Parts: sequence; C-alpha cells; structure tokens
Amino acid sequence: MSLLEEELHAEADESQGAAATSPAALTAFRRGASGVVVPIITAVIAFIAGGLIVLATGHNPLTTYQSIFNGTGLNWLFPWVSGSERATAATNLQQTLLNATPLVLVGLAVAFAFRAGMFNIGGQGQYTVGGIVAVWVGSSFNGMPSLLHILFAIVAAAAAGAAWAGIAGVLKATTGANEVISTIMLNWIAIWVGVYCFQLGGPLHNPHMSSTPVSNSVVPGAKLPVFWGSAQLQGLDVGIFISLALAVVFGLLIKRTRLGYEARTVGFNPDAASYAGINVGRTWIRVMLICGAFAGVAAALDILGWKFSLFTNDIQVSQIGFYGIAVALLGRNTASGTVAAAVLFGALLTGTSDRNINLSIDPTLVQYLTFMIEGMIILLVSTDVITLRLLKGGRQLRIALKRKPAEKPTATQGGAS
Amino acid sequence: MSVGTIAVAPSRTVSPKQIGIAGIVLAAVAWVITIPPIEVRGMAPSVVLAVFAVAAGAWSIAGGERKIGSEAIIVALFAVAGAAASVNSATATLESVFTWSALVAATLRYATPLVFAALGGVVSESSGVINIGLEGMMLMGCFWGIYGADLLGSWVWGLVVAMIAGGLLALVHAFFSINLRANQIVSGTGINFLALGITGYFLEYHYGPNGTPLNISQVPNVHLPLIQHVGFFGAAFGDANLMTWIGIALVPALTFYLFRTRAGLRLRAVGEKPRAADTVGLSVVRIRYWAVIASGMLAALGGAYLSVGFVGSFSNNMTNGRGFIALAAMIFGKWRPWGALWACLLFGFGNAMSDRVSSVNPTLGTLFEALPYVLTLVAVAGLVGRSRPPAADGIPYVRE
Repeated sequence: MSLLEEELHAEADESQGAAATSPAALTAFRRGASGVVVPIITAVIAFIAGGLIVLATGHNPLTTYQSIFNGTGLNWLFPWVSGSERATAATNLQQTLLNATPLVLVGLAVAFAFRAGMFNIGGQGQYTVGGIVAVWVGSSFNGMPSLLHILFAIVAAAAAGAAWAGIAGVLKATTGANEVISTIMLNWIAIWVGVYCFQLGGPLHNPHMSSTPVSNSVVPGAKLPVFWGSAQLQGLDVGIFISLALAVVFGLLIKRTRLGYEARTVGFNPDAASYAGINVGRTWIRVMLICGAFAGVAAALDILGWKFSLFTNDIQVSQIGFYGIAVALLGRNTASGTVAAAVLFGALLTGTSDRNINLSIDPTLVQYLTFMIEGMIILLVSTDVITLRLLKGGRQLRIALKRKPAEKPTATQGGAS
Repeated sequence: MSVGTIAVAPSRTVSPKQIGIAGIVLAAVAWVITIPPIEVRGMAPSVVLAVFAVAAGAWSIAGGERKIGSEAIIVALFAVAGAAASVNSATATLESVFTWSALVAATLRYATPLVFAALGGVVSESSGVINIGLEGMMLMGCFWGIYGADLLGSWVWGLVVAMIAGGLLALVHAFFSINLRANQIVSGTGINFLALGITGYFLEYHYGPNGTPLNISQVPNVHLPLIQHVGFFGAAFGDANLMTWIGIALVPALTFYLFRTRAGLRLRAVGEKPRAADTVGLSVVRIRYWAVIASGMLAALGGAYLSVGFVGSFSNNMTNGRGFIALAAMIFGKWRPWGALWACLLFGFGNAMSDRVSSVNPTLGTLFEALPYVLTLVAVAGLVGRSRPPAADGIPYVRE
C-alpha cells in the first residue's frame, strides 16, 4: 500500500467510531504498520509501571526484575553463563518453554476469535473441558500403541474444547447472545463440571486415591516423550513442537484459507461481510469451534506432557485462559506475535514461581505483580494511542524525509495528534 | 351527517402469546407442586400439567410465537425432570432443602452484592460506557473495604474506603474508555486483571500469609423488632443485613433518578444520542466520567458487602465472577434497575439452592454450584426476552 493510500485509510478508520475500535481493526492497524516495535514498547511500559508499584511497597524493582529474569532460564541463551548456573538455567528454560507450550495455543484460541470480531474469554473453560477428556482418554485404553493413543487423546481433547466453544458460537449465531458473557459463564460451568468429575465420589475420580480428589493417571504409553532434560524432573517434551506447528497452521489458516478470509472479513465488518454473501453466523460458529479446538489441544499437551493427572484444585486455580487473552492481545493476534508473547509470559510465570529460590521478593507478591502487568498490557493494547502517536510521528517524519530538499514540507499531516 | 358509532366488541380470542405464557406457567406449576409445601408424591399430576404445557407451547409456536412457545416446551421438559428428582427424593431431604424461609434469607444474602454491582452497570451503560470491569471494581471494594474497616476502626469507614477504591479504578476505566477511546470490553478486561493483581498484592503485602484479622468491624444486621420471631417472615426478613436493605432501597431511588429527574434524563441522553446531547450543550465527557465513577463506587459497595458485611474477612479473588453475573443481571433486566433487581434475586436464588442441595448431597451439590452460571447463560441467550441496550453503548464519542 502506498504511503498516500495508507494515510487515506487511516483517516477513514479514525472517524468510524466503533468500527475503528473493534479488536480486529485495532490490531490490524498496528499489525501492518509496526510489526514488533509496539508490542515491545507496550510490554516495557507495563513492566515499568509494575516496577513503580514494587518500588512503592519498599522493594527494589531492579533486583526484583533481575532475579525474575534469572529464574526464567533465558540466561541460558547467554554463552558466558556456565557450570552449575548453566544447568539451573537449563532447567528453568525447560520450564519456561513448558509454560509457553499451552500459552501459545490458548493465545491462538483467543486470537482467532479476535480476528473474527469476537471475544473468546472462554479459553479457560475450553482448556478445562479438553483437560478432562484428555486425562480420561490418556488414562484409559492401556495397551494402545503409543502414537495412536497420544493422537487419540489430543484429537478427543480438541473435539471437547471445540464443542464447548461451539456452544457460545451457536448461541451467538442463533440468539445473538453476547459471547463475552456466555464464554465467561461457560468457564465457570466447566470448572464446576470438572470439580464434580474428580471430587471424592465423582464419576471420574481415581478409585485408588480414596482421600484425594484426583483423576486417574495417564498410562506410560500415552505420555509425550521428553527430549531435553530429565523426564523425572519435568523436562521439555515434544509438545512444544506440536504447539509451534499449530501456530504455523494458524498463520496459514488466517492468510490462505477461505475460512480465514471470511473470518477476517466478518471481523472487520459483519454487515459488509453479510452483504458480500458470507454467512456470518456460520463463520462465527466455525471460528469458535476452531478456537475451542486449539484450547483443547493445549490442555492435552499439558496433561500428556507433564501433568499426567488432574486434581480438582488444578482446575480451580488455573488461570491459563486469562493469560491467553493477554498473550493474544500483546501478540497482536498474529501467529508469530502470539508465540513471542507466549514465551514472554511463560518466562514471567517461571521467573515468578516459587521454584525460583533466588527471588529477592516474596513469590506470592510477584505472582500478583504478574497480574498487574498483564492488566496494564491489556489496558494499553485496548487503545490506539501509542500506535497513533508512534505512527503519526513516524509518518510525518517519513513524509518530511521523502520530500525533496527544495520543497517545504506541509505542516500537520494527518489531523490532530 | 353524523357518523354512527359502531361498537366493536373487544376480541375474545386469546392470543398465541398469552397461550405461550400460560404454557410456561403450567410447566412451572408442574414442578412446583412436587416440592414443599405442596409435596405431591406421584408423577402423574406433573406429567399431565407438562403435557398441557407442551401443547400450549406447540399452539403458541403454530400461532407465530416461536420464542415463547419453545420456552414453554423447554421449561416443561425441565419441570418433568425436576419433578422426577423431587418425587424420588425422601420427604425429609426435600423438607430440608426447601426450607423456604432459609432459602429467602440466603437469596437476599447472595443477591445483595449483585444488586449493587448491577445497579452500577445500569448507571454506566445508561451513559453509554460498557463496564466489563465491574468484577474488578467489586474486588477492589471487597479488599479495600475490609482494609479500611480494619485500619480506621469501623465499618462505615470501610465502606467509604471501598467506594474511593472502586471510584479510582473506575477513573482508570473512564480515562481509557472516554479519553483514549479504547475498546471498552478489552479495557474492562484489563481492569479486572489489574484489580486481581492489586488486591492480591496488597493482601499479601499488608496481611501476609495469615490473612485478614478476625475481629474487624462488620456492617450490622437489621433486626426488625416486630416480625423478627414471627414464623416465615421472621426467619426470612427479620435479620437481613443493613446493606441488603440499602441495596433494595437504591432500586426505586435510581429509577426515580434516571427517569424522573433532569440529571437522569441528561445521563440517558448521553447514552442514547450523544451527538444530540452535545449539540444541546451537555458535556458528554463529563457526564460519562461521573457515570463510570458512580458505577465503580456502587460495584465497590457490592464487593465490600461480601467482606465487611458478610464474611468478615478477605481471601484472594473473593468475588469469583460475581461481577459478571451482575452484568448478566443487568442485561436480563433490560438495563432497568427493577429488572436488574429481579434478575439478581433469581441468581441469588440459584446460589441459595445450590447451597442447600450441597448440604444434603455434596456430590450433586457441586453440579448445582454451576446453577447460577447456567441461569445467566439462559438469560444472556435471550431466552427470557431481550431488549436493546442504550443506543450509543460502547461507542466512544468523538467530538467534531
């Protein structure tokens, strides 16, 4: 798109009120023009604000962030780190990537919906339902060939997640129900169904664990092989490759398939899409099904990769669906952005967990710090401001630079800044 | 030339809509007769009523009222299932679950925080700002309310601090939604995370692993002197919390404000046709700011009831989704205070029921915990009638 066309499109966008602030439009505006810069700046601002709060409560934000960083394992990437420090960093990095694996998929579950103009806040519920099915399939059918068993579990979990998300999609398509509320309600319903299943006396409760509300354990044949680190110490399993492969699938889906095209069109303007002959309701349902499938696979990878069983407590305290929202928004709803954001959040989770013995600040405090940072990231992403400022500034600069030295650049291109 | 008046007899036929509604009522009765105090012990009457209800529903659908007709059929099916459950339960179990006075009292307790938050939602959305952050504002009020009551010694100060906290968070939401013209649903989600982080952080920071202390000043219950010991009414209403009554009283007060005062009219104008309001000289930005801050204060009061009024302590993420239920109550209530109140009572009833079922059958009780959320889902799906939100709801206002 030429600079002038970009300018014209930008002007048109800004005066359209609600259309300009739909998530699809918001993130598109930034996606095309600024790539990686704005997400980084958003994250940096959020971290600075978080640091201010840490400062206000009497701790040193720099040492806090430093100790968090050391706990993430990202320091393994530095060649000057060696010896036992390197070994610790390796285990930490494995944890980070283990955390990132489901975050990528849950993030994609949210991102795809955003691209289609919908808010899939239901990642948590879809993940939970996928997890219930995955642990049931994984712990049954002992003796099935490994590859088949794993495939079966993943597909079953994907189907469960898809069905759960599909409920919200169908409700939206048929009754116009606001998917924000319906997915949030489905989250809670999924949690209670899960607790019901695995509580003492529940239908899927492990009969051998009479005092612990837990599911049956995944049989050894269905566990995902670990390729880095020790299997006994929660090393990194091949799930990360599945996750990354699905991220590529997402990218292809969005850009090169008809469904992706329809989803994007509906996301920008459902009325125009309908006028163009796209069945908006059916698109919504299809998109939600796929989103739920992604979230279900995320759960399957967690269960088969390192969890191996589900406690009712796991179900009740998990927040992964909500991290997924932040991941998707920070990643601008793209495949590569989501992966990068997922690694960032995975690192944050590892660095702030109580495994990190070097943490200079109480780990519980830092977990809430993570929530605050997440909140600020989401807030910042919800507005155009940073982008507009950056892009307007950038565009004016580019226009000024492109003009031949003899001409005077015309003042104030692009309206109020 | 005189025009002769022709008296036309009013139509005596019943409309399909009325038949459909009758169907729904019949279906509900089919279930109600199997629970105390009527407690019919056989399935026959319920089945008969349900069949009539389904017939009425089918007639209604044939007459063009698809939604009401299908609702009648669905309620009839659920009623038969419910009747079967009642008939197959022991009388003693039924009696202990359906102690109506205790159920009503519990309903009021569960509904109170929802009422405050839902009213907050009504105020905000009437001015045109979607407030998904009600959950976060409730949570802020929940923590800072008990913090204030602890620090400053009385529940009154606790409520004041709660309102300030909720108002401040609402200020952030207002700034992002109104000035920065953010997507209001996304910014509301961010607000919720922020609140979760802030309340958890300061809970841990100030109170540490032991949590809030035990003897903090609490909002008192109102002992109604005359009826307190009189049978059903005494047990149901005689000992409700002060905030319950305040919440209920706020409903007619807010209705009066919104629909009978000039200030209320201005607020609604800003939510329906902001450009017209702007032309007439109203400051859209200022009115929306006040509306959002007020909604934050109301939601915070709802959250404060949980901690300062009822439980007496704060635990992490204490509101646990109530803000979203309040939002659904607002939608269910068609963005009107009275409607929101009835919706909150219904959801509170769902919570109360799940409590009672849990006490007799813990396993089943877990499933019943999902009941309020299922009811909300039903409400949002518009199965009980849907009206439109304020016309400019969610659309940032751009001055030209």
